[in-house]
Amino acid sequence: MTNTLHRYGSSESFDDDYIVFAIPARGINDKEAVEKQRQFLEIARKYNPANMGDASHGAIFRPSKELNPAVHWRRGLRRDYDAVVNCVSCPSTVAAVFDNAGAAAAFIKELKAAGLGLSINISASLDKAQECARRAGLERHSVEYSLGFFGQVDRMADRQTLELATMCGHGMLSFNFVRKLVEWVKQGRRSPEQASAALARFCSCGVFNPTRACRLLEEAKKHS
Amino acid sequence: MGAISIDPIKNRANVNADECVECYACYRGMSMERLNPTLVRGIRGLLKAFRLRFDPEPDVCPTSAITPDELAWPRIVRRAFSDPIVTHESTGVHGRGTEEVKTNDVTHRIGLGQVGYVVEFGRPTVGVRFRDIEKMTQALAAMGIEFEEKNPVTHMMSDRKTGKLRDDILNEKILSAIVEFKTSIERVPAVLRRVDEVSKTLETVVAVGVSTRCGERGQSALDSVLAEEGFSCFRGKTNLGLGRA
Repeated sequence: MTNTLHRYGSSESFDDDYIVFAIPARGINDKEAVEKQRQFLEIARKYNPANMGDASHGAIFRPSKELNPAVHWRRGLRRDYDAVVNCVSCPSTVAAVFDNAGAAAAFIKELKAAGLGLSINISASLDKAQECARRAGLERHSVEYSLGFFGQVDRMADRQTLELATMCGHGMLSFNFVRKLVEWVKQGRRSPEQASAALARFCSCGVFNPTRACRLLEEAKKHS
Repeated sequence: MGAISIDPIKNRANVNADECVECYACYRGMSMERLNPTLVRGIRGLLKAFRLRFDPEPDVCPTSAITPDELAWPRIVRRAFSDPIVTHESTGVHGRGTEEVKTNDVTHRIGLGQVGYVVEFGRPTVGVRFRDIEKMTQALAAMGIEFEEKNPVTHMMSDRKTGKLRDDILNEKILSAIVEFKTSIERVPAVLRRVDEVSKTLETVVAVGVSTRCGERGQSALDSVLAEEGFSCFRGKTNLGLGRA
């Protein structure tokens, strides 16, 4: 999956967006991956990630199947870190999202020392990712560039919607839902934190960045 | 996708099965309350009569009305390519079912002087039918491209040399799919131009990524090639080389 490759925005728009993920190679080093993935997530927790998740079992923001009507007035913005760590049960991709380079670099440094043996990638601005790697004493092995969108780009949404919707690269955030929440924030019907948590609950692998989303929603509010 | 709408005659939500890509976002992403549907409709009707609007949480289905369908072939490919929780049986990988250069430090799939391509259709949130993907795979095959073996779209091909996909899936609509292949670095300009040309003829958007193995100091031979082609690339994925076989 390239679920973090084509995030939309200007270069500066990614100053608070660093996704670090671990993935085993199928049939090569996936046999004892589950424990290593849990270790990855446990280490990530120490650095206060904005989000983290397991592509198979969900993220720290997750929907509930047993709500009662009081939720419409009193809904907490609970982040369930334990559920993410405890639910890892098969080789998969595990990810942690950081909103600052310092935490991402420190996390990578500790991952290097832990020697998990899983492939570790950073999805971010390329120069900042390289800087993080060097701060951890690493040189990049391979690099993948986003060349953007080709074809009928007029079928895509406006910039503001794309910046938010493409943070779930699997496309679980519909343009209409994002537009609706942007409007609600502009109208003062929801705070940026509440709106970004609602969006994050649809991103099952945990790469949606609620810090960046809050900032983008605040900007939308200011310019409304 | 716009697959769910309110039927003006029945006054009920309706799912357009032809447009639905079976991503399960409505079923899995929505929280649920399990309230009585008659009660909920009654309250809504009453509020409407007084021209009042309730301000409910946007991601809660009050009556747990959404249930998944049992899917059969060929419709089941919609879910395999649209629901990120589902593992692609062909590759054993979730999401779009590809590892690309994310595991290149272990697989060595892309070597020095080689370039890997990920040509992704339907993203973001536009969707694509396999007949459009086939137009691209046939155009690429005509250039002598060999498709990545460990990729779900390659497994849907009835003829990998021509890029022909199975006839029974051509009309199926999915959220997105990735075609993967690699070439030598010299072929990058020609391949990207061809991808751009064919993309313009498709009823969807195409997101393109290219990757390569870096040198000992982290340098990438693709930087200058992409700059010459007019691409300004500032975002991507960086494999740190910590994987071990």
